Amino acid sequence: MKKASLSSVYVRNEYPLAVKNITIAIQQARELGILGDDILGSWFDFDVRINRGGGTFVCGESTALMASLEGKPGEPRAKYIHTSEKGLWDKPSNLNNVETWANVPLIINKGSAWFSSIGTDSSKGTKVFSLVGKINNTGLVEVPMGITLREIIFDIGGGIPGGRAFKAVQTGGPSGGCIPESLLNLPVDYERLTEVGSMMGSGGMIVMDEDNCMVDIARYYINFLQEESCGKCVPCREGLFRLGEILTDITKGRGRMEDIPLIEDISGMMKDASLCGLGTTAPNPVMSTLNYFRDEYIAHIRDGKCPAGVCRELITFIIDADNCTGCGVCLKNCPSGAITGEKKQVHVLDAKKCTKCGICYDSCRFDAVKKE
Amino acid sequence: MSEKNIQRGEMVTITLNGAQVKADPGWSLLEAIRFYGLTIPTLCYDEGLTPYGGCRLCVVEIGSGKRAKLVASCVHPVKEGLEVRTHSNRVLKTRKMILELLIARCPGSKKLQDMASLLELKEVRFRPLNDDCILCGLCVRMCEEQMAAKAIGFAGRGGDRYITTPFDLTSEECRKCGACMYICPACELRCQGPDAETTLCSGCINTEPVCASNFDDAMCFMVPCLSCVKKPEDVK
Repeated sequence: MKKASLSSVYVRNEYPLAVKNITIAIQQARELGILGDDILGSWFDFDVRINRGGGTFVCGESTALMASLEGKPGEPRAKYIHTSEKGLWDKPSNLNNVETWANVPLIINKGSAWFSSIGTDSSKGTKVFSLVGKINNTGLVEVPMGITLREIIFDIGGGIPGGRAFKAVQTGGPSGGCIPESLLNLPVDYERLTEVGSMMGSGGMIVMDEDNCMVDIARYYINFLQEESCGKCVPCREGLFRLGEILTDITKGRGRMEDIPLIEDISGMMKDASLCGLGTTAPNPVMSTLNYFRDEYIAHIRDGKCPAGVCRELITFIIDADNCTGCGVCLKNCPSGAITGEKKQVHVLDAKKCTKCGICYDSCRFDAVKKE
Repeated sequence: MSEKNIQRGEMVTITLNGAQVKADPGWSLLEAIRFYGLTIPTLCYDEGLTPYGGCRLCVVEIGSGKRAKLVASCVHPVKEGLEVRTHSNRVLKTRKMILELLIARCPGSKKLQDMASLLELKEVRFRPLNDDCILCGLCVRMCEEQMAAKAIGFAGRGGDRYITTPFDLTSEECRKCGACMYICPACELRCQGPDAETTLCSGCINTEPVCASNFDDAMCFMVPCLSCVKKPEDVK
């Protein structure tokens, strides 16, 4: 039997707090004698070193991570050979999330029966989520598997600020899908999230309200993923580039109805044929929004309207005469001189001069500037 | 190579498009498929170089029912009992989509245009980019593995990926042997066909008889198609 003697913790250099904390933890373990040579007199040597990532999203993918550890560019390789047979430096390796390892001492101390009593049939234990976005209580929450999304968002998260309506929650990081309100009673586990077109992924949970445009959200994530794709395989590199192009077109009012089947074709192909997990999950943000919020896509393309009022090219700002008090704040702040009007008189917005910067909308205290 | 020799003689059985066939366990799926005379398109694969698995044109479907999935045959090893479909609808649809993306990137490549005729790709729904490189990595591997020069490599990531010399400077490692240009599927013979306005050349489809689809596996796509070669007066 072979024993491991060295392990690496791969942590992103962009998270200095994580680097600092893991450094302290390893130092403390060494001082206690549970890391290093001859641990507790057992003749077993084991140490942990820290590898700081070079700022690449794709290095979260197991084979790309190992390539990065070896000092090569962070690109995935074909994984028909298992990591447990040929992993890091072509030696049998074990690769797990730090979060998974954190469960191990608890399972050893309390037993597998205790651990299995938490969670669902197929997903056991707890999961840490990073709850962010349009939500009252942001931060990290640890919940048992099988808890519903509604409980996480409305009980733990305290609901949406400002009395706005909930629209969607994106789970699993940038390549996760957006889950609509109709599925809020979904028990959170690995299988259910995959079934509805999202994933557990990194445990990110981004809450969106009615002010978020789902086409714009999809465009944002696809563009992020396109920048972070390593570019090795064609489906991911070219597919994301074209998805980004199409989604940008739609948000700028240049969309065509033929774009919708085209998005579906590219996404289906990427899911089937990409080399690694980044490419196979990358269509999730666009496919889930297209499935659950298809009416928004159609509104952008056919009606030339952005229902959430986010896509600049598709909205016009107007001043509501009933609410305008003529305070002059918008007039003073408008950088393009598009607003005219006398003090205490209803102001007028000239659509031709308007650059749609939204400053008037943000500065009006009387809710008189509207988006259409 | 040593691994292959040890296992020689012990053949495994795979199901290839419904037929039970024997295969050498050292083979990749692509090698087995080609051994039995089936034609599937490849772009980033070359017999003399390490398989890369990047272009994904060689995808085949393995497994059955719900567990069926697409894998790149150039890097997938042959395994006992493997069920392989080289031309299922799912495979053909995927290959066409990949080729459509590639051709939109680089419409000038004759190899891609020939493949489009072969796969009966009739329409490219993207704005053509007229780039010169499809990032198949053949030149990089050629330079490293066959020429032992390592004078070129990939730089950048995702959409910014490109092939260059270290630090974009003239490399002392480069012996100007030209092996990279020899193997390049994009910068070889240029193809813009009779109708350069469209992304697809379709030159091969326009000629009678249609050169690719009329002869099933025996194709003329390896020889330059006359309708694709520009006349000197057409070149501006």
